[in-house]
Amino acid sequence: MSAALFLRHVRALTVRQLLALWRQPWFVAITLVQPMIWLLLFGALFKRVVELPGFESGSYVDFLTPAIVVMSALFSGGWHGMGWINAMERGLLERFLVSPVSRAALVASGVAQQVVVILIQSLVIVGVAAAAGARLTVAGVLVTLLVAALLGAAVCALSDGLAFVARQEETLIGAVQFVAMPAMFLSSGLMAAALIPGWMRDVVRFNPVDWAVTAARTTTGSGVDWSTLGVRVALLAALGLACTAVATRAVRVYQRSV
Amino acid sequence: MDRAIEAHGLEKTYPKGVRALDGLDLEVEAGTIFGLLGPNGAGKSTTVKILTTLTRADAGEARVAGHDVVRDAARVRLAIGVVGQKHGVDPDATGCENLVLQGDLYGLPPRDVRRRADELLARFGLEDAARRLARTYSGGMRRKLDVAAALMHAPRVLFLDEPTTGLDPEARAAMWQALEQLAQEEHVTVLLTTHYLEEADRLADRLAIVDRGRVVASGTPEQLKSELHGDALVVELAEESPRALEAVSSVRSVREPSLAGRVLRARADEGARALPSVLAALEGAGVPVATATLARPSLDDVYLRHAGRTFAEAEEVRA
Repeated sequence: MSAALFLRHVRALTVRQLLALWRQPWFVAITLVQPMIWLLLFGALFKRVVELPGFESGSYVDFLTPAIVVMSALFSGGWHGMGWINAMERGLLERFLVSPVSRAALVASGVAQQVVVILIQSLVIVGVAAAAGARLTVAGVLVTLLVAALLGAAVCALSDGLAFVARQEETLIGAVQFVAMPAMFLSSGLMAAALIPGWMRDVVRFNPVDWAVTAARTTTGSGVDWSTLGVRVALLAALGLACTAVATRAVRVYQRSV
Repeated sequence: MDRAIEAHGLEKTYPKGVRALDGLDLEVEAGTIFGLLGPNGAGKSTTVKILTTLTRADAGEARVAGHDVVRDAARVRLAIGVVGQKHGVDPDATGCENLVLQGDLYGLPPRDVRRRADELLARFGLEDAARRLARTYSGGMRRKLDVAAALMHAPRVLFLDEPTTGLDPEARAAMWQALEQLAQEEHVTVLLTTHYLEEADRLADRLAIVDRGRVVASGTPEQLKSELHGDALVVELAEESPRALEAVSSVRSVREPSLAGRVLRARADEGARALPSVLAALEGAGVPVATATLARPSLDDVYLRHAGRTFAEAEEVRA
């Protein structure tokens, strides 16, 4: 298949999903409720946590903002597979699979749509954080958007892969509930790295959520820590590609059982 | 003769051990409407899924529009249109958007996409609803949109998996009419699965009767029916009685008697003459009769003869 046709497929399928979302904007609004609670209530509740020795940040909202953007991307990506389960029940997935569309284009369109949604959600969160007094830099916001999109893309692909294999909503709901919150707590998102208990730190180092959060915070110090940022971004991009490949394989598993 | 579809020895067992296909053979001539008739679970949908490249057979091979469904799946996909059992309409898109998406997926020249979409919307009487979300459509409209989408790229072979299941009688009649017209005008080969005998009888040029994953009989509806010489006698007994079969077997003009519960079936060259003897024999054996009917052979009788059970019984087994 030609690259032009592949891109046409991805574009057409992405636009389809974005149009559907555009027609029910309340859905995007609802997904923003949780991040707002974290940012505004949790942020206010733990405001004085920065006074603990080991916290380098002067303001907890400054510290928390990139983490909430990343958390939002994590949940948003995690739920994406629900759309495919819906498409299976409606017979839409079958329609796509008997058409010339490649499995890779199907998965890529889902990821592309998710990235657009994550960017919009992230901008809203950043805007509210700024209104709540967070001091943000343009570089900081751009890097945060980038890592949120990369992590969200990887999680979205994983969620899609699980959807294709499990084919039922319950499994996906269980997986998101079971993985997302612990992944958040096992990172330096909500608490300074220096204050995380020793036994947790080994896990934290291998947690992609932590890669994203630490990458986003590389711009807050004096000057950008390019090497940390570069490594984290590369890791997240590699993870995204790997997850996309897994999801593409998962479509084949789905086809074997229909 | 040009064959649009050829399948030989298709076998498929699903992960849970359900044997869906057990050596199914099929040949469909180009330009005809071919009906796959069978009860739910006979293997019709699995056959369609294999022929449309959605899934693969465990054994056997198939060619559609001249291409192997496994080795040349990409070419098969371009040549076919598919209307699945679950209608593949996107409810969150308008009728027009559904068709335009389909045009993009099949790589139609962008300037032709809208024109073809409008043409098909008009042909299926959906112009007025074109800009409405498909979720507001009635069942019959959605099914029409589904068929329209499958036709966007002018496929050579069209698969319709139970196109009228779940439609009310009025919508079903409208769909039949649309399909008949389609076959005349679009020069497309149609493979249609159905568990409605009436539908197969009306639409199909040729049909194959499928039971337990195999084709048990095939031919034109007329051929299949004329294989059954004579009329069908159906006698409903007032109560179950094992003696009924024996009593009827003693009537000489009657053939192939069978008993299922309280329903006794048999064939006779001249049904009207045989019926009094049958009733007399049953009365003589002390078997009370509730109703007796006489009918020209139907596809249900064809099915009974080849599958060894009635359609209703086969459906019950699945349920």
